[in-house]
Amino acid sequence: MLRAIIPAALFIVLAGFLWIGLYKDPSLVPSPLIGKPVPEFTLSTLKDPTKNITQADFAADYALINVWATWCVACKQEHQALLNLAAQGVPIFGLNYKDDRQSAIQWLLEDGDPYVMSAFDESGRVAIDFGVYGAPETFLIDRQGIIQHKLIGVMTPVIWQNQFVPKINQLAAAPTQSYE
Amino acid sequence: MNKIIALFVCLLATQLVYAEIINVQPQYEDRYQSLLEELRCLVCQNQTLADSSSELATDLRVQVKDMLEQGSSDQQILDFMSARYGDFVLYTPPVKSHTLFLWLGPFALLLIGVVTALWMIAQRAKQAPTISEADQQRLHNLLADQDTGEK
Amino acid sequence: MIPELGQFALIIALCLAIAQSVLPMWGAQTNNLNLMSVGRTAASGQFLFLLIAFLCLAYSFVDNDFSVQYVANNSNTLLPIYYRISAVWGAHEGSLLLWVLALSGWGFAVAVKSRSLPDDVIARVLAVMGMISIGFILFTLLTSNPFDRMFPAAAEGRDLNPLLQDPGLVIHPPMLYMGYVGFSVAFAFAIAALISGKLDSAWVRWSRPWANIAWVFLTIGITLGSWWAYHELGWGGWWFWDPVENASFMPWLVATALIHSLAVTEKRATFKSWTVLLSILVFSLSLLGTFLVRSGVLVSVHSFASDPARGVYILAFLAVVVGGSLTLYAWRSVQFSTGGRFEVMSKETMLLLNNVLLVVAMLTILIGTLYPLFLDALGLPKLSVGPPYFSAVFVPLMLPLIFLMGLGPIAKWRRISISELFHKLKFLLAIAVILGVILPIAIYRDTTIMTSLGIAAGGWAFATAVYAVARLIMKRDKTTSVFKSLSKVPRALYGMSVAHIGMGIFIFGVVFTSAFSDQKEIAVKVGTSVDLAGYSFLLRGVGPNQGPNYQAMRAQVDVTQDNVPIVTLEPEKRVYTVQRNPMTEASIDEGLFRDLYVALGEPVSPGEWGLRIYYRPFVQWIWIGAMLMAIGGILGATDKRYRASANRAA
Repeated sequence: MLRAIIPAALFIVLAGFLWIGLYKDPSLVPSPLIGKPVPEFTLSTLKDPTKNITQADFAADYALINVWATWCVACKQEHQALLNLAAQGVPIFGLNYKDDRQSAIQWLLEDGDPYVMSAFDESGRVAIDFGVYGAPETFLIDRQGIIQHKLIGVMTPVIWQNQFVPKINQLAAAPTQSYE
Repeated sequence: MNKIIALFVCLLATQLVYAEIINVQPQYEDRYQSLLEELRCLVCQNQTLADSSSELATDLRVQVKDMLEQGSSDQQILDFMSARYGDFVLYTPPVKSHTLFLWLGPFALLLIGVVTALWMIAQRAKQAPTISEADQQRLHNLLADQDTGEK
Repeated sequence: MIPELGQFALIIALCLAIAQSVLPMWGAQTNNLNLMSVGRTAASGQFLFLLIAFLCLAYSFVDNDFSVQYVANNSNTLLPIYYRISAVWGAHEGSLLLWVLALSGWGFAVAVKSRSLPDDVIARVLAVMGMISIGFILFTLLTSNPFDRMFPAAAEGRDLNPLLQDPGLVIHPPMLYMGYVGFSVAFAFAIAALISGKLDSAWVRWSRPWANIAWVFLTIGITLGSWWAYHELGWGGWWFWDPVENASFMPWLVATALIHSLAVTEKRATFKSWTVLLSILVFSLSLLGTFLVRSGVLVSVHSFASDPARGVYILAFLAVVVGGSLTLYAWRSVQFSTGGRFEVMSKETMLLLNNVLLVVAMLTILIGTLYPLFLDALGLPKLSVGPPYFSAVFVPLMLPLIFLMGLGPIAKWRRISISELFHKLKFLLAIAVILGVILPIAIYRDTTIMTSLGIAAGGWAFATAVYAVARLIMKRDKTTSVFKSLSKVPRALYGMSVAHIGMGIFIFGVVFTSAFSDQKEIAVKVGTSVDLAGYSFLLRGVGPNQGPNYQAMRAQVDVTQDNVPIVTLEPEKRVYTVQRNPMTEASIDEGLFRDLYVALGEPVSPGEWGLRIYYRPFVQWIWIGAMLMAIGGILGATDKRYRASANRAA
């Protein structure tokens, strides 16, 4: 009798997993960089090719690093949301990803510039170190330069409130926390 | 929503940008090919780096080629990729505590299955027959009269 | 008007399915012949109205009626007529309609073909099939109605996915679905037996040919899918361990176990409980496959666009059907009698072990396919389970299976003596081992342990299958001619032999292709050539080519071997007018011993193109072998004793 119940029991377990699976996105790949320091890099800034930018320039209580490009349609969709955040005083750094310098500068002139500054990653090499696989992506880093969160896809006010604000509040609550 | 975006990015990548063919120095060609078969493209998922025509795949192919030419071992290259993109990029799941069931499960199931089956058969064979072997034989012959060809 | 007619027909089919599932079941429980006879009528009517619905949708496609959402999404005025018809099942909604049509087709066949069966049995079987129909027709109507109109109508359709514009895709889904839903018959017989409590082995004899034929369809369907992937995806591979492929392979493995287990139960009245469980399992896996493909829980190259509502519906349906039948099984299975006695060393044991191996192989694929989902659900890091995992785990499971596969047909029922069996087979075993060593070295001057083991396994399957027939001929008395004794061999035995020979040929193909393939992905200037596996590929030129609904660049590649021209291959890079995504159309010179496969890549610089060139030895043997398996299945299902019962009915 016990033997006969085994198939049904196994099926119930399987169905439970499938049920949970329905509400997960299988194509979303979480970054292994969360909890790790921002990768070291040196790139020229977007607006001034002679000026360099490195990970040390991100120093702030917290900062966003936003991966963007003019060829990326979804980046256009989140642009207004980023402008609003910048207006609230959120420091956003741009990582301009495999783009044309002139069109990128042009875009910022026309649609507004939410970025404190943007790094210009023409070859995409630095983006590989960041584990970027599709623009737009947005990283949240803390004062020590540790990556705390990563969003793959379009930033919206709702996502900002639900995913980023709680993390930032946590960081503010534990300002001296060490990540060693 | 995210799925739609991912798909869109994937289409966009295959549409606008032509995947470059990267000519690798002949001495690295075999290792290069087999590494690409081991790595999963994150843009057009379910394609290997070798098959994907997305721009990221091209960049990563260049990365693999450069590392090969700088003398990196296969394992170093795979580690480089998984450090940035997670174990998701590896088509061969690494053996870790949470993959033990994946790697050992099939063989454990095989063992359980075969042992259970043989044990049950042995139990049955041990049961004393309720009728004599000769009767049993006759009964089977009667029941299986049309089976002659398939013994 | 026509689409509304189609929808109306679909609703009538639903009503008939409800009648088919309730009335005959009630009749069987109360022994009311009139109610029981409703089953046949309702099943025939359901099939008729689903056929009407299907034809209405096909008409909308042929007629380019872009006011129908599904047609507008999957067709185009420029689409050739044969692809407009195959576009009917080119996406989720229409393929679901094909699914229910196939299901009712099986129901109709059961209603017509089973006149010799007891009325209460057939009533219950048709009732169970009616219940499955209700589930799927409701699914179609509620979440995936192919007849939905759109206002305003589209001026032009968005075209069929270019990947699906291939002859292989015209017949692959119908075959596959016929296989999937075909197991609903064996399932229905098993459930009917459980409900009635008559757990003798009579139902097995009725169920067996149906399971065989469904297995044939599934085999053909999977083979065509693999053949399509090889031709159309442009990667030179024939199996990718993609979730969608795995979804069809899992029921196949268990179905293979089932057709063997049915044989044991029919002949020896044993393993009854196991056979019932397998019948339930095969159909459950068909449903699980549907869930995996249509719910979007897994990433796949060719899954349908997903919608959470559909996932929830199928999962609920899965829970009702599988959960319900497994509960019924748990409740009734204590009543099974044990059946004929046999020793540990016997044909029965061989077949049971073969079943265990096949089920473990299925579980391996299930674990591998769903592992990313398990980890995600538990909040653990994501990972990918790809082809390297499956080859590492699957091959060690297959080798003992193939060894048993050779022993099975030779071993005797009830009891075998190991020394006698070894005495009979040592010669064949030696042949297999020698083949494994000699063949790869003779052809390719190279081998590895795995390659030799693989070839030996193929040789073993082949040799034992031939021997199973040959020994009957050798045993004939001197007065009978060889031909006469060949004609006396039962067709079922031929079926087994042909299917096992097919397996042997399939293994040869798999082993040689994976061990000795060669490939190059390389940038080539027009006028220069590339060498691969002793062939020289000269890129003569690349020029534009206009198709009915696409523009293409077509390359001419002259292939020579030792300066002797072999063939000119013309691979294309197509851009379809509507969907715009570029498509690779590989050009293949197919041969019995090797395929030469060229796919055109992207322009690298003016006058320089990327080429993917593949040398694939013995790859055709994979599909030839699989087709022989299907032919073996047909021979088995049309054996005299099944035809005899059908004739009695007529």
